[in-house]
Amino acid sequence: MGNKKLVYLGITIFLVIVALPFWYNHGKAVPPPEVELTARAKEAKECVRSKDYMARDHMKVLDLWRHSVVRNAERIYVNPQGKEFAMSLSNTCLDCHSNKAEFCDRCHNYASVRPYCWDCHIDNPKESN
Amino acid sequence: MERSRREILKLFGITALALNTPPVLNAFAAEQETGHGVEGEPYVKKGDDALKAKQWALVIDTKKFASADDVTPLVEACHRIHNVPVMPIKNHEIKWIWSAPYHNAFPMSPMKFMDEKLEHAPVIVLCNHCENPPCVRACPTNATFKRPGDGIVLMDFHRCIGCRFCMAACPFGARSFNYRNPRPFITETNKKFPTRSKGVVEKCNFCAERLAVGQLPACVEASDGKLAFGDLYDPESEVRELIRSNYTIRRKQSLGTEPAVYYIV
Repeated sequence: MGNKKLVYLGITIFLVIVALPFWYNHGKAVPPPEVELTARAKEAKECVRSKDYMARDHMKVLDLWRHSVVRNAERIYVNPQGKEFAMSLSNTCLDCHSNKAEFCDRCHNYASVRPYCWDCHIDNPKESN
Repeated sequence: MERSRREILKLFGITALALNTPPVLNAFAAEQETGHGVEGEPYVKKGDDALKAKQWALVIDTKKFASADDVTPLVEACHRIHNVPVMPIKNHEIKWIWSAPYHNAFPMSPMKFMDEKLEHAPVIVLCNHCENPPCVRACPTNATFKRPGDGIVLMDFHRCIGCRFCMAACPFGARSFNYRNPRPFITETNKKFPTRSKGVVEKCNFCAERLAVGQLPACVEASDGKLAFGDLYDPESEVRELIRSNYTIRRKQSLGTEPAVYYIV
């Protein structure tokens, strides 16, 4: 073990490099994004499900929707309160949340997810605001 | 502690028995059920005015189509509401419904010295929504499937990986591939219907989205009675009546795909 020093030096350099991003970003956490609701969404007060549920599980809702609409020809969603909704991303969700940039994108960018919904589905179908 | 094999087996047996007794099972089941909301569970259902059939079928009266001009309104109606792009390059063409000469539509049954009117009449061709669809068998991801409820051969664009096996399998050339992003080539976007993205296959969907809200397919609506649409397995339906009272043919019937589009000739 004649090159003990070199080995320790190597390990130290490695650890410093690995830890660098943590030190570099220490105390600079980006604040969680604030999503903006359109006037219509505010007025409706409650989404298809509760706000908490939607924030956490909207992708599960959408996954169920696309599956039942395409595969089973079932297009109506009845929420726990018994209210009915047409299962359509463009015509139901994005009709109310017509501000994709301030609503969808802010959170998705923060969480670094890039859903490709809008490659096909048209946002803001009625061009309100 | 020393245990004989006999003792250990006894212990296993008793444990298995205990776990299977109803009170214990119920306790476990109850544990899993908690955590759900107190209000009713959400559920999905069909719309009240959705049209229902065992197998949708189309009957096309070729006698009522004299020239390509009679076909254009149907094609336009379909392509407009489904955001079908007009591609500048012929090889990239996307089509859901179009017209073909008789000898192309029915290559296996052209007659020698046949009626000239029929020979030159445009034949409307589209996805046949076969009862035994080869495209469905070819699809490796189940992106295209035969819907059990109504027999429509449908695409789930979310799952299409663009392998084009279905295009090779379809004997009718009913499928088109998006070689490019189609959005810039859509002349007039119908905002209620999605577009497609680059790299997916698309074709006629028998207007599944219209049937779900009680409307007939766009081509049937635009055809002014030249096309009839209905349930193939309802003996009282209009399509069955037409098939019964007219001589009808189907495209490439000998291949055994059982097309659901019938032609009165």
